[in-house]
Amino acid sequence: MQIDCKFSYPASSNIRTVYLKEVTVKFIALLKKVNVLLSAFAILFQINAVQAADKLVITGSSTIAPLAAEIGKRFEKLNPDVRVDVQTGGSSRGVSDARSGLADIGMASRALKAEENDLKSFTIALDGVGLILHKDNPVKTLSDQQVIDIYTGKITNWKQVGGKDVRITVVNKAEGRSTLELFLHYYKLKNSDIKPQVVIGDNQQGIKTVAGNPGAIGYVSIGTAEFDAGNGVPIKLLPLNGVVASVENVRNGSFPLSRLLNLVTKTAPQGLAKRFIAFASSKNVDDIVEAQYFVPLSRK
Amino acid sequence: MFRSHANKSYADDILRLALMSAAVVAVGILLLILLFLLRESWPALQRIGLYRFVADAGWHPLEGAFNLAPMLIATLAVALGAILIAGPIGIASAVFGQFYAPPMIAASFKRMVALLAGIPSVVFGLWGLTVLVPIIAKWQPPGAGLLAGMLILAFMILPTVALTADAALKAVPDQYLRGANALGISQAGLIFNVMIPAARSGIIGGILLATARALGETMAVLMVAGNVVQVPNSLFDPVRVLTANIALEMAYATTEHRATLFVSGLALMLLVVALAAMAGKLGGRLHG
Repeated sequence: MQIDCKFSYPASSNIRTVYLKEVTVKFIALLKKVNVLLSAFAILFQINAVQAADKLVITGSSTIAPLAAEIGKRFEKLNPDVRVDVQTGGSSRGVSDARSGLADIGMASRALKAEENDLKSFTIALDGVGLILHKDNPVKTLSDQQVIDIYTGKITNWKQVGGKDVRITVVNKAEGRSTLELFLHYYKLKNSDIKPQVVIGDNQQGIKTVAGNPGAIGYVSIGTAEFDAGNGVPIKLLPLNGVVASVENVRNGSFPLSRLLNLVTKTAPQGLAKRFIAFASSKNVDDIVEAQYFVPLSRK
Repeated sequence: MFRSHANKSYADDILRLALMSAAVVAVGILLLILLFLLRESWPALQRIGLYRFVADAGWHPLEGAFNLAPMLIATLAVALGAILIAGPIGIASAVFGQFYAPPMIAASFKRMVALLAGIPSVVFGLWGLTVLVPIIAKWQPPGAGLLAGMLILAFMILPTVALTADAALKAVPDQYLRGANALGISQAGLIFNVMIPAARSGIIGGILLATARALGETMAVLMVAGNVVQVPNSLFDPVRVLTANIALEMAYATTEHRATLFVSGLALMLLVVALAAMAGKLGGRLHG
């Protein structure tokens, strides 16, 4: 029965003590090693802290924040001595933080108002929202009032707006989403006015819901919808006031259900802030912009 | 002899210590989660008060309305529906596998059920969204709703019910079977009057396990249930469950809105704890 024994101890009555002692000694040695490692880490972090003295604070719109954070990550990779700190709190906070100097750069998902004209704003991308229907739905266009009536539950059948006798399925976005915010703002609605049959999270879920239901109407980011409609998904984008819903029309500013994503500074940006803004509006971040379903700027 | 005995006692001590720390960690994590949920939802509980979470006009956190009750009801309704569908089917499939299927078929049948258990929930959701919901929509638009949620959940928990019922039936002592056969009971009588009653505590344990999974399931239900916050009037009404509420809104929620989502989480946790307590009581009674 001794074969299984991996350790051998002196056969005395205080085996236990010996064993414990051995373990304790080993443990203390381990602690010492860990301690050395920790102090090495501490030195590393100190160096890091010294190097990261260049910190850029960006606050504001929760729509832009995820985009700014991704751009910030890439900016940090290119400039290892810089830290970009992105915080959300809404466009108004972005503007007021930029003005008060609490933030180096503010984020605002709208154009500056008249009383904010003393600040400088730089557009880094555009955001457009398009209404989508199932491809087999014969309805070609809806007026703003018809869209409002459909979303508030006054119109419940497609034949009331010139379509087939099919019940309308209203697809709405979950609270807090920027597409919802833009949609409500454009049609001057409150979210509690809307009587949805389906509430969705992201754009893909919206597209799949509409693609699977010939009576559905929804709204999603134009970039995604255009891509999917062009790749055989049975949905179509509705024009708005006669303007075709396309990335192109969002970019040239003619599509009404769209907005600017702006970075805001108090004075003409200097140094680090200037470099970041130049980077954020350059071609180098177009892939990040598209990955978040926003529309990149047009550049000559 | 002495040496090996001494070694064994160390082994015992070490094992005891290891098991004890594992147990402490398990309980500690649960307590930490509960504390964390309480801490995060405390601002909302304090400012809004418990009463408004069941009395407000609706769920519009950005407009100051925080009624969680419809979601609580929807969560229970979806889970209950799923159990009512998956329970009988699961038990029936276990009985089939144990008593009727030829051994070859029984083995491959069991393997298929186990495979069903391994399908990720988001795949169920995707299938539900692109296949099941359009089918229901043709019959009763919009399709996404209570029924779709129940069906998807039923598919997901079916393997849990079937496999635990199978194990419970297998664990019934052989002499019951032999005794019943000696008395000349019919096959149906044997199954319904002897085997199932003898295995019932295992079967019910499996059903409770499945219920807990149904209550906690997020992605699949989120994709097919419609997510409208309301108390359903029919099987086809869209509903939102508590987990879906958190998943839908957490990514963009700030301050008070965020805290109210933690209240949803707390409510769900209390629901599951209540269920577990009920299971404990039920189990105790069945064994006693």
